[in-house]
Amino acid sequence: MKEILVRPERCLGCRSCEIACAVEHSETKGLFSAASEKPTPRKRVYVEFAPEYAISVPMVCRHCEDAPCVSVCPTGALRQDGVTRIVSHDPEACIGCWTCASVCSYGMIGRNREERVAIKCDRCPDMEVPACAAACPTGALVYKEVEEFSGSKRAESALKMARGVAAGGSR
Amino acid sequence: MAKNVYEKSVDPATRAMLLEAERAGIETAWDRFEKQQPQCGFGMLGVCCRNCNMGPCRIDPFGEGADRGVCGATADIIVARNLLRMIAAGAAAHSDHARDAVMTFKEMAEGKAQSYRIKDEAKLKALASEYNISTGDRSPEDVALELANVLLSEFGRQTGPIQFTRRAPPKRQKVWEAAGIDPRGIDREIVECMHRTHIGVDNDPVHILLHGLRTSISDGWGGSMIATDVQDVLFGTPTPTTSESNLGVLKEDEVNIIVHGHEPILSEMIVAAAEDPDMIALAKKAGAKGISVAGMCCTGNEVLMRHGIPTAGNFLQQELAMITGAVEAMVVDVQCIMPALGNLAGCYHTKFISTSPKADFPGTVRMEYHEEKALETAREIVRAAVENYPNRDRARVNIPKEKSACMVGFSAEAILGALGGTPQPLIDAIVSGAVKGVGAVVGCNNVKIQHDYGHVNLVRELIKNDVLVVTTGCNAIACAKAGLLRPEAAKEAGSGLRSVCEALGVPPVLHMGSCVDISRILVLAAALANHLGVDISDLPAAGAAPEWMSEKAVSIGAYVIASGVYTVLGTVPPVLGSSAVTKLLTQGTEGVIGASFAVEPDPFKAAKLMIERIEEKRAGLGLGA
Repeated sequence: MKEILVRPERCLGCRSCEIACAVEHSETKGLFSAASEKPTPRKRVYVEFAPEYAISVPMVCRHCEDAPCVSVCPTGALRQDGVTRIVSHDPEACIGCWTCASVCSYGMIGRNREERVAIKCDRCPDMEVPACAAACPTGALVYKEVEEFSGSKRAESALKMARGVAAGGSR
Repeated sequence: MAKNVYEKSVDPATRAMLLEAERAGIETAWDRFEKQQPQCGFGMLGVCCRNCNMGPCRIDPFGEGADRGVCGATADIIVARNLLRMIAAGAAAHSDHARDAVMTFKEMAEGKAQSYRIKDEAKLKALASEYNISTGDRSPEDVALELANVLLSEFGRQTGPIQFTRRAPPKRQKVWEAAGIDPRGIDREIVECMHRTHIGVDNDPVHILLHGLRTSISDGWGGSMIATDVQDVLFGTPTPTTSESNLGVLKEDEVNIIVHGHEPILSEMIVAAAEDPDMIALAKKAGAKGISVAGMCCTGNEVLMRHGIPTAGNFLQQELAMITGAVEAMVVDVQCIMPALGNLAGCYHTKFISTSPKADFPGTVRMEYHEEKALETAREIVRAAVENYPNRDRARVNIPKEKSACMVGFSAEAILGALGGTPQPLIDAIVSGAVKGVGAVVGCNNVKIQHDYGHVNLVRELIKNDVLVVTTGCNAIACAKAGLLRPEAAKEAGSGLRSVCEALGVPPVLHMGSCVDISRILVLAAALANHLGVDISDLPAAGAAPEWMSEKAVSIGAYVIASGVYTVLGTVPPVLGSSAVTKLLTQGTEGVIGASFAVEPDPFKAAKLMIERIEEKRAGLGLGA
């Protein structure tokens, strides 16, 4: 299964992911038309800024394998697909109790002001690559298998260590 | 998903060259556009402000994040300010081009620019009389010098009016005065745009946009009009002539020189130098059969209109011309020249020669041109091209065969001349309904629209519905390539327009020149309105820029609506982040200047909008459908 993985060192804080997310979750699915839609289309990805380090980090629902939001939801509005592990949200069943928001470690539960219910990432069921990852101009958000992502990180790190060995370190 | 060549352009020569580019692994604007996807949503909506260093700021178009910049500017303010800066840049480009033309004109009059002379004395006299300059027993040069000085003073004028704005119908001038948008000078309005958009100055969207209209009028009825008229005096007012257009005009066995950009000042000299028997002899010695000059973009239009020099293509074909492998020199001046040409020239034998003191690019051979030594520099450039001919790699030459015949050279004077010196016959045709109205279709190419698709389909649709089309710029070249500038294209027109064109022996689409020559369209519109005693906004006319992309086009669009002509844009301007500004541009201006914008990327729907407008105006004048 592919996941939306984050490489925060690449984020420039342009918020293209946020815009693409809101557009993908609009009625018309076009930027120019979505901008004037009512109710206003809502994003489900958030670029957070850490002022201590002047670094932006795109935050997106992790679709946790053991999702606390799903286990606490009293109405079954939040469900997890047995195969894909995608956590989906049914606004019809949601009572707006915000228990899910209380237990989510990442703060990925938003609020739909008009409907007064929770709103969260659905990982763009109609798209091959989720809108946020597709829109990221620097590759800070990538849509990959964890194995592949970690594999390339491992290889990168191993290369660095190998370079150190070749340079005569710890011999 | 990358588009295939058929989706990129409707033009067969362009498709052929794009296939060649793919085969050779060469990148073009279309590939770079793909790499830019997705483009920034804030930028596309116009809600990003970089005008001070507390920013950059941007407004969340979906209302969850910031609704104001650090200074408190809302989306409405930011969008309006950004639009004003686009107008300023566009007006500056046209008007600075005009300044150079007048400087050349002045140096000619002073005898310092010996390469130039007065080609159209009648027009010189007409302009002099507009400025109340006596012509009596004075030499043309003497008159020219006085005229050059007053024209130069228009740029630095502080209190207005700019003389050529008085060419507008009196009713239009009153509209401008009432709205407070009669320009006071050319440079002043542009400078004021920059002042107003500096942090903490003008923060009322309506107020900002009104100044945008004023600035644009100083372009259309100022800078651009001065450029056109001075160039006519120096190089001749265009009269109908025939030529050819598209990449197929490049010659297999001759030295090919492309003149690209926007000014005729040097290209006129290059045309002359290429005809020099010494240069031709040199070319023959180098193994070529001769020297062939072809145009590109509006420099191309300038020499096409006045000398019938063939045009190799419009904006999106500049890289493709080099990819033919048959271009010895790509000679550029200013505006719409892609810096990508430098890298591309490195892949071929082509010399990329920059000539303007204002404009250089990576990878150029610099041959800076100055008025005093214009012909000399032109000869050096032609010589460099000729000497480059033996470096042509014959195995890589791939010139598409496509080229179309065209009839061009329809200056306002030429059109009125063809009508017998008065607009009455055209008015009669409009009154009878044979000609429903006039459509002005202009503007660039833009990779966001299939190349030439917007241009050609919109124009075809208009003439089919008996709307006479006047065209300039890259639209004119698109029409030339599609065969719409041939008198035989009248067959594609509705029966009324067809009969009028056949009687006069003219095409249903009249090529009026380069993008500064949209001023010719204004002059023609004023002549029609004045003859009828109405305002331009009363005429059955509409404008369109189906594939626009440049800031100049924003200034043009603004002065066309400020002149009273409804205008349909084929690509979305970066204003939709503000509903207030969008509403002003598409509705609000109607009540102030009698015209507004519409946005419609589909050329068939755009034609429908224009025709509806024309019908409305016909009804307003009491004319039948």
